[in-house]
Amino acid sequence: MPPESTSVSVDKNALHVISLVSIGAHPTSGRPRRAEQDARAVELGLQLVGDNLHVLHAGNADEPALRAYLGMGLEELHVLEQPAGADAVPALTDYVRESGVQMVLTGSQAETGEGSGMLPFLLAEALGWPLVTGLAEVESLSNGVALVLQALPRGQRRRLKVRLPFLATVDNAAPKPRQSAYGPAQRGMLAVEDVEIAVDELLTAASLQPARPRPKRLKVIKGKSGADRMKAATAKASGGGGQVLKGLSPEAGAEAILKLLVEEGVFK
Amino acid sequence: MSDVIRRDPRAEWIARNRLHPLHAAMQPAQTSWMGPNGLMRKVVHGIGFIGPNGIKRIDRSGAQQGGAVKRSAAAQVQLPLHQVAQPAFYIAVVPDMVGGRLSSHDRDLLGLAHSLAGKGGAVLAVIFGEHKETAFETAGVDRLLVLEGNEFSGYSPEQRVQGLRAVDNQFGPKHWLLPDSRSGGGELGRRFAASLGERPATRIWQVTDDQCIGRAGAGREDLARPAARLILAAAECAEPVSETRHEALPVELSTAVARSLPRIEDLGAVAVDPAVIPMAEAEFIFSGGNGVKDWDLFHRTAAALGATEGASRVAVDDGYMARDRQVGASGTWVTARVYVAVGISGAIQHLQGIGACDKVVAINLDPGCDMIKRADLSVIGESAEILTALIAAVEAYRNGAKRNAA
Repeated sequence: MPPESTSVSVDKNALHVISLVSIGAHPTSGRPRRAEQDARAVELGLQLVGDNLHVLHAGNADEPALRAYLGMGLEELHVLEQPAGADAVPALTDYVRESGVQMVLTGSQAETGEGSGMLPFLLAEALGWPLVTGLAEVESLSNGVALVLQALPRGQRRRLKVRLPFLATVDNAAPKPRQSAYGPAQRGMLAVEDVEIAVDELLTAASLQPARPRPKRLKVIKGKSGADRMKAATAKASGGGGQVLKGLSPEAGAEAILKLLVEEGVFK
Repeated sequence: MSDVIRRDPRAEWIARNRLHPLHAAMQPAQTSWMGPNGLMRKVVHGIGFIGPNGIKRIDRSGAQQGGAVKRSAAAQVQLPLHQVAQPAFYIAVVPDMVGGRLSSHDRDLLGLAHSLAGKGGAVLAVIFGEHKETAFETAGVDRLLVLEGNEFSGYSPEQRVQGLRAVDNQFGPKHWLLPDSRSGGGELGRRFAASLGERPATRIWQVTDDQCIGRAGAGREDLARPAARLILAAAECAEPVSETRHEALPVELSTAVARSLPRIEDLGAVAVDPAVIPMAEAEFIFSGGNGVKDWDLFHRTAAALGATEGASRVAVDDGYMARDRQVGASGTWVTARVYVAVGISGAIQHLQGIGACDKVVAINLDPGCDMIKRADLSVIGESAEILTALIAAVEAYRNGAKRNAA
C-alpha cells in the first residue's frame, strides 16, 4: 500500500472530490493507456480524500485501458456511456451538478481526439464555478475556502485562495501517479450509466491526419547590402561580445557578477 | 597635428569596396530622407566634402568618397511605414508580455496577425497594465489598447476576460489571436472562448487562407479545420514582422469594463526551494566544474544566491555532484535565463547544453577557454576567492536592502 502522504487537514468524510479521467494514447506507439495527466488528477484526489474519491469517465466503458485507473487502488469507477465522437460536456455538467461535489479535478488536455484542453473551461462556465489551472498542491481546506498552489512556468508556484466548490486542472507539476496494479485493476467495478448523447459537430468540418513534422525555422539574414550579409555569414556563431574582467581583485569581480544578477532580476 | 586636410586613400578604398567590413560604418551621413508628411527632406549643407585643397567638392556621380563626416555606427535603416487610416476590420492580438515585454512568441503572433489583416485590416494589440516595451512599431502593432487599472494587476484571469469582452463589443475583431502558452495566453484564451461560447482553434501552427492546422491529442495527429474566429497559436506559427514599421496608435475603450467579483484571490508568489526545481526549466543555474576545489564553498554560494545547482561532466564523474545535475549533451539541456559557470572550460558538449541560455557568466582561471568566448561576463581569477567575495557581497547587498527598507 502506498503511504498516506496527505499533510492537509481535511475532514475526509465531509469533502467530496471527483476526478475526471479519459483514455490516453502512448506517445510513440499510440496504444491506449491511462492518460498521464488524468492519472495525476486521480493521484491528487487519492492523496486528498483517500478511498472516498469518485472517479468519472465519459465514453466507452468496454475499453480495457480504463481499468488501469482502477489499479491505482479504486474500488469503483463511474462511466457515462457514450459513443466515440459524442460531446462529453452536457453529460458531465448534469452529473457534476447533481452530485453535490466540492472539487472536480481534471487533466489539462486529452491525449486523443482534438485535445484542445477546453473541457474544464466549458464545464466551469456551465456550472458557474471558479477554475484553477495547473493545480500543484492543496494546502488547506477550511470554512469552504481552499488555499492552493498553482504551478507556473520555470518551476515557480503561486498561492491562490478559492471558494468551494471549484474546478481544477492538473498538469505535470502535480504529484506523480502511483503505479497501477493488475489484480485490483481486474477486481474493480465499473458502474455504467446511460446518458443522453449530444453529437460533437467538430469532426464534420475538420479532419484528423497524422502529424506532419513542423518545418524548422530558417535563419534569414535581412541585410540590404552585400557587406551586411557577408558580415552575418562570416561572423562567428557565438561570443566576441562578452565583457572580460581580468586582473581585478576578487571583490571587484564579485561585485560585477552581483550587479548583473540583480539587473537580470534572478537574484532577489 | 596640422590642419591641412589630407586625402585618406584607405577610406576611399573602403568606400569603393562594398564587401569591406567597415564599408557601412564609413559611408557618409544620410542627406535625404522621407519626412513625416511624405515630403523628401534634404540637408543641403551636408552634401559634398572638402577636397584635399580645402575646397568643397560635390560629386554628383553617386560615388562620393572619403572626407565627409564619419559615423561610428552602421547605417540606421528606416523601414517603410505601414499605415491603416480607416481599418476595414480588426485583428486583435493579446500578447503574453512576459516581464512587460513582447516575447518571441508574441512577435510570431503579430506576424500571423499581419498576414490575416492584409492591406485593409488593422492589428489591434490589447495589453493589460504596465509594460516596458518600446518596440511596438517595429513588432507590427497598428493600434494599441492598454487596459489600465488595479483590477488587472496580478493574477486576474476573470477580470481580464471581462476586459476582452468589452474590446470584443466595441471593435468586433474579425479574429482574436492569443499565444497558446503556459505563461498566461493559453489559459486566458480558453477562458475567453468559454465565456463567449465560441469554439477556439487551439495549438495552431499554420494558417493558410481560411484553413488552419493545429496539433491534436498528444501531438501525434494534426487537425485541419476552417479558420475559427478565436485562434490560440503555438510558437513559430508565422514569421515575425520585419520589413515594415507600424503606427501603434493608442486607442481607448469607450465604455468602462464590467467589474467581476473575483472568485480566485491571488496571494502572491511562493518561495520555492531552488534544489527541487527541475534543472531543464530552472531560471537561474549555478554550475561547477573541474576548476572548483572547495565544493562546500560552492554549495554555500549557490544557497546564498538562491540558484539551482548544476555541474559539468567532470564534476559528476569525480563524484562531487549527482548524475541528474549534469548539464550538457549527455545530461540536461537547460533553458536558464542566467547561467553561472564556475571553473568550467566549456567543452562543446557542455556549450550545446547551455545553448538556450540568455546570459552566461563565467568564472575561470584560463582567459583563453571556450566558456569565456561564450560568456557575456567573465571574471578571470581563482574561483575560491571570487566565491568567497561573492558571498560577502550578497550579504552586504541583503543587509543594505534591509537597512533601506527600515
